[in-house]
Amino acid sequence: MNIITQIAYLIASIFFILGLKKLGSAKTARQGNQFSMIAMLIAVVVTLLDQGIVDFQYIIVGVVVGSLIGVIVAKKVEMTSMPQMVAIFNGLGGGASAFVALAEYYGADSVAIFSYDVSVAMLLSLFIGALTLTGSFIAFGKLQGFITSAPVVFGGQQIINLLLFIGFIGLSGYFIFDPTQEMDLLIILGIASLLGVLLVIPIGGADMPVVISLLNSYSGIAAATTGFVLGNNILIISGALVGASGIILTKIMCVAMNRSLANVIFGAVGTDDSGGSSGAQGSTEQRNVTRYTPEDAVLMLENAQSIIIVPGYGLAVAQGQHIVQEMASIIGSQGGKVRYAIHPVAGRMPGHMNVLLAEANVPYDTLCDLDEINDDFQNTDLVLVIGANDVINPAARTDKQSPLYGMPILNVDKAKSVMIFKRSLSSGFAGVDNELFYDEKTMMVFGDAKKSITELVSLLKEN
Amino acid sequence: MEGLIISFYIFVLAIFIGNEVIAKVPPLLHTPLMSGSNAISGITLVGAILSTGAGKGVLASSLGLVAVIFATVNVVGGFMVTDRMLEMFKKDKK
Repeated sequence: MNIITQIAYLIASIFFILGLKKLGSAKTARQGNQFSMIAMLIAVVVTLLDQGIVDFQYIIVGVVVGSLIGVIVAKKVEMTSMPQMVAIFNGLGGGASAFVALAEYYGADSVAIFSYDVSVAMLLSLFIGALTLTGSFIAFGKLQGFITSAPVVFGGQQIINLLLFIGFIGLSGYFIFDPTQEMDLLIILGIASLLGVLLVIPIGGADMPVVISLLNSYSGIAAATTGFVLGNNILIISGALVGASGIILTKIMCVAMNRSLANVIFGAVGTDDSGGSSGAQGSTEQRNVTRYTPEDAVLMLENAQSIIIVPGYGLAVAQGQHIVQEMASIIGSQGGKVRYAIHPVAGRMPGHMNVLLAEANVPYDTLCDLDEINDDFQNTDLVLVIGANDVINPAARTDKQSPLYGMPILNVDKAKSVMIFKRSLSSGFAGVDNELFYDEKTMMVFGDAKKSITELVSLLKEN
Repeated sequence: MEGLIISFYIFVLAIFIGNEVIAKVPPLLHTPLMSGSNAISGITLVGAILSTGAGKGVLASSLGLVAVIFATVNVVGGFMVTDRMLEMFKKDKK
């Protein structure tokens, strides 16, 4: 590889790093993404000029077909479907790494001369890439509803996984010492593909944010291992950056869900993705709640100086965020201060709820994350909870018996008054009753949240 | 072997840089971060181009073609959708 290519790759690497750095602030984020695009463009163009490339036919076909698909998907995809799309793209990235490994093997002048390090890198690239591909497609299927989102568990699952992994190690050892064993490579491809499926099917739909983050990391690591196969630094650097990003997000999601990574992957938690539709059993005892109609609620809204809205994912699924923002801007124009409190697990992937609200023209400086806003609840007149439940359950702080105990929650119960928009008193995903519903300062507005808010907005407009 | 060690150095140091840079991205932007970094992982496209264009027979080129298509979808789709999202993030006009 000549010196100019190397320097161009170095420049591209710097642009990737600067691009990610600029993603650190909403002001510069778009520019950051453009930096990454420039980096990619530099890397690709320089590669095309490489003297090793003698045949452009396949490359052109591939780039044209891939670009067409990419553009169409990127333009059409709904913001609520972002997790599925990222899952698919992760899978394709991983798959590409696996196919490069295969192409390198079958394109080698003589496979017998592979050095150990190239063989190892090739096996890892193939293994991680194929696993990412099939695992991502299962995650996509679960999120899209093609496959049941409930954990699929069967006897001996872990033992089968372990045996498959041992098989991979054994065959790899064999292949490293005798790279002419083509069959070995294909069996490893099969094992990796099967493992990708088996590792993701036992994970419940609600845990998918963690899985996507983890697969994101794998797709980066797969790219890096491909870099080792080709001795190409730009792949190694970019792959490492993405690998690190995925691991950080995975960790953040695990902390927010109060789970360990091992528990998410092997725990098979969650039998139902619908948010505990039948989870209200046992809470039949009659307890007093304060019921409010939208008419009552309007007075509260008009008298509140500071308001925090806590949105849940259900709101976005019903496309209710637009009407909520209309309400927020009316209150804002009347002098009230409205902010949104976003729990890390409020959507179906890290940061998802922020995107869904930004789509509804919510200004990003009113979107606050948990750490940013949690100390402000005590000085807030009114909190509107719309479609969130477990993430505001005070039991997470106080009740050691509760499955939620230890999970970081929004301190909604510290606010002066709380208004909860909800169909019924049913429990959330964790199947736990929420004491906050029965609190003296809590007003329950029962019914379809989007309808209630729409009513509220028309009443606000009348006044 | 020496080349491998140097590559490994680069890999490990890049992970540290990634950690430092990405830990500073606020939760507000975690979805664009994910789709954007996802597009970056499409850098495999470089590898795919190299092995597809090497002219090492139909089998190798065909496998490479699949890799090029996958990686290009990843790159083009990933960057475009990230841009689409980031375009929606606007500040309060007041």
